[in-house]
Amino acid sequence: MEVRHKILVLDDDTDWLEMSRDILAQLPSKPEVRTASSGKRALAMLDAEPFRLLLCDLKMPRIDGLQVLAIVRRRFPELRTVVLSGLEDEEFRSRAYALGVDMFWLKTEMQANLQMYLECLESLLGREQEGGFRGLQSKGLMDIIQMECLARTSTVLRITRGSLVAKLWIQEGELTDAEAEGARGEKAFLRILTWKSGTFENLPAELNHERTIFKPVNALLLESAQAIDENDGASGDSDEAAQTHRRTVWKLSLLARVGAEFVVAVPPEGQGEHEAMGTEDQTAGQYAQWTRRATEIIKRMGDAVDGGPLLHLDASNVERRLLLVPWENKNFLVGWSPETSDGLFEKTKKLVASWDS
Amino acid sequence: MGLLKNIFGSPTAHAGVTQLPSGSITVDRAGQIVSSTVSSAYPVEVLQAVGKEVLALLHEAHVAQMPLAEVSIHFAVLRITARELRGGAIIFLFPQTALSPISN
Repeated sequence: MEVRHKILVLDDDTDWLEMSRDILAQLPSKPEVRTASSGKRALAMLDAEPFRLLLCDLKMPRIDGLQVLAIVRRRFPELRTVVLSGLEDEEFRSRAYALGVDMFWLKTEMQANLQMYLECLESLLGREQEGGFRGLQSKGLMDIIQMECLARTSTVLRITRGSLVAKLWIQEGELTDAEAEGARGEKAFLRILTWKSGTFENLPAELNHERTIFKPVNALLLESAQAIDENDGASGDSDEAAQTHRRTVWKLSLLARVGAEFVVAVPPEGQGEHEAMGTEDQTAGQYAQWTRRATEIIKRMGDAVDGGPLLHLDASNVERRLLLVPWENKNFLVGWSPETSDGLFEKTKKLVASWDS
Repeated sequence: MGLLKNIFGSPTAHAGVTQLPSGSITVDRAGQIVSSTVSSAYPVEVLQAVGKEVLALLHEAHVAQMPLAEVSIHFAVLRITARELRGGAIIFLFPQTALSPISN
């Protein structure tokens, strides 16, 4: 017997809830749609019965969407989450993604691209995955691009890796442009392919966007794979010391370039030693120890207040400012001069995003 | 009455879900709350736990020979800023939600 998944729609606007019911009734898998008009009610419903997908608004009185998502992430890690918001603010988008949501849609975008929206939801519900179709989770970037091109879709893929943002324009299955880290075209595309992790998001197609890439996507993917292989092959065990040296020089130059005083990268307990640049060994050990203790304390505090995951910690004393940023499976403590103030968090995020790349 | 409550009431009582705390608390060196502007509806024991964890964070920084004058912890939906105050601390709690301005 076919399983009917359950979707919970959370929005304080009852008219919107009604409209959502009508829209979701068009999904091919005919899921059961339930609605809640407050965060408290939604959490109670999630406690009471299993749901596959939560569609959540952000701006709501009392307990708002971000708080609900923070709680959901902890209590219902298997639940797929989609934010549907009227707030056109990148800050909210990145906060929602930091909370682990699967997709973020503006309500206006959703209404203008209803078919794509429904396909995305159907994909998240898992029905299409069972049939061997695409799903955005746990796929490599090459897979995503190939699938978009094979499906002959038109879309803009927005890829986020920490503070780095890239875009790929795909028109009817052909890659037409790429933009990343100040580069455009093929150069940007090859750069994006070196990213090992990140978040993907489908934006509406931009049909009149200028074309800068004319090579077939498969040829570009092949070139990129060959370049990556050659890089890997050039660095065998025999020149491991030279490679370590190059990496150290590169990291020190990165530190100097951004103007940070030191960086201590701390892996989880029992998963290797900390790595430090710009500080003495003994001090680095103390910093690493504090970073470990601090992250444990912060985790307990976050759980107590349901504040969601830690984005960063900013601390200061007369000597310096310190930023503690979790990144992938490590915690980074970055020291800055006390005079540094503008965009410190952004600078720190860029630094740690580039650290192991 | 009971029947109507069963039909229209919330599916399960959910005491654990509360609004995010907003305001400030002052804790002494033992972690006891001395003063608070956070709504009285918010559980005192959670505020007390926050106070103790903040003091622990500042204490660990002393141990690591990097005493901190101020700490801001940015969670996804809440920012906690603490300043050391004669062995205790003054702690500010700012919800970072769609209804309140997000500040870094």
